[in-house]
Amino acid sequence: MKTVAIVDYGMCNLDSVRRAVEECGGNPVVTDLTEEIEAATHIILPGVGSFRDGMWNLKQRSLDSVLREQVVGRQIPFLGICLGMQMLATKGWEGGETDGLGWIDGEVRKLEPRGEDRRIPHIGWNEVAITKDSPLFGGMNNGTDFYFVHSYHFQCQREQDVLARSSYCGGFVSAIGRGYVFGVQFHPEKSQRAGFQVLRNFLSL
Amino acid sequence: MPTVLFKDVGLVKGIAFDSWRRVGSAMQAVKVYNMREVDELVYLDITATSDRRPPDFESVDDLADECFMPLTVGGGIRTVEDVRRLLQVGADKVAINTMAVEKPKVIGHIAERFGSQCVVVSIDARRRADGTHEVYTHAGTVATGRNPVSLAREVEALGAGEILLTSIDRDGTMMGYDIELTRMVSSAVSIPVVASGGAGRYQDMAEVLREGKASAVAAASIFHFTEQTPLEAKRFLREQGFAVRL
Repeated sequence: MKTVAIVDYGMCNLDSVRRAVEECGGNPVVTDLTEEIEAATHIILPGVGSFRDGMWNLKQRSLDSVLREQVVGRQIPFLGICLGMQMLATKGWEGGETDGLGWIDGEVRKLEPRGEDRRIPHIGWNEVAITKDSPLFGGMNNGTDFYFVHSYHFQCQREQDVLARSSYCGGFVSAIGRGYVFGVQFHPEKSQRAGFQVLRNFLSL
Repeated sequence: MPTVLFKDVGLVKGIAFDSWRRVGSAMQAVKVYNMREVDELVYLDITATSDRRPPDFESVDDLADECFMPLTVGGGIRTVEDVRRLLQVGADKVAINTMAVEKPKVIGHIAERFGSQCVVVSIDARRRADGTHEVYTHAGTVATGRNPVSLAREVEALGAGEILLTSIDRDGTMMGYDIELTRMVSSAVSIPVVASGGAGRYQDMAEVLREGKASAVAAASIFHFTEQTPLEAKRFLREQGFAVRL
């Protein structure tokens, strides 16, 4: 069975991710322990909250270096969800300018109201348009709806890291990937069937 | 999004925040709505505040374990710590009602700590004889003298991410939403306003979205007591030209 380390860095929302991984046939371990993260076949970094707090909490527990070793070093499949995706960036601006993990080049900036899309945070179901073939979206229809809750978005520096986009506030990147590192702005654990499909795809890597 | 109200030992649904009827168990409702792919679920423990009870974290934990859709939990929330625990057991958002009037600063503290996206302020309003609206707290039992528009503006400024706006007069009547109330509030703020109270037919939802400028609709009686379903509602709304997930 796939053992999935769900990284606990004090930013909540872990229980729903744990349950969703369980429903998808994985063995979830919610943890901040190096040994348990090292023993995992897959790593998920969830997260709700601000970029600055998230990075601070990760560093406080030395999880940034543990993750770097596993993901960048050992190439363990990694999925960042929401803030967990955003922290892959070089830099974020929520709560002030803050360095991210820097595994995928880009910056995380606030959504800018535009036209009808004036309400921020962007909350609710929205279509995800797949822009690049990826195992993460295997077997899925283009334009499937996922659940989003966010005020900031990932601006990729390299187009080849973009896997999907969604339209709100002029459009934003809703999924990124490079090698075995993936990030989704939406919440697969709250997106019912479609979310389970993404998690199952991730677990099968 | 369906709303389920918890009182004493099970789910209830009333009329104008009164005459509660039992409508089954919470867990069963979550499972059914899960299967039916509803967009979100709102779970409100309606007597927690009046009974001076904190949220029932254990029950929320159990419900959240079966809820693979966004879950908003309200009732009895007084502190940042209450919110931390609710989010930890699997709530996605919390609904603040009484404290938004009594101690609005707590909204700022919650938003600062966990982000605006998880702070829903639930405003219950009743229409006065002169046609103006007044905010009520404690599950509609305590009049506050506050105007819903000014309260909505205040909580938005403090960091609320969403407003769940319920018309007490229309609640449970299935006579349609209070469109005027919804329009006043949603035009006054730029955060999403979810209209609640009064849905009796799919057309009511279309009207409050179109004329009331609501961002989303919540409903209870229509799903508890009629043959109408969330999926049919969504199909109808899509045919009417609204962006709806199917």
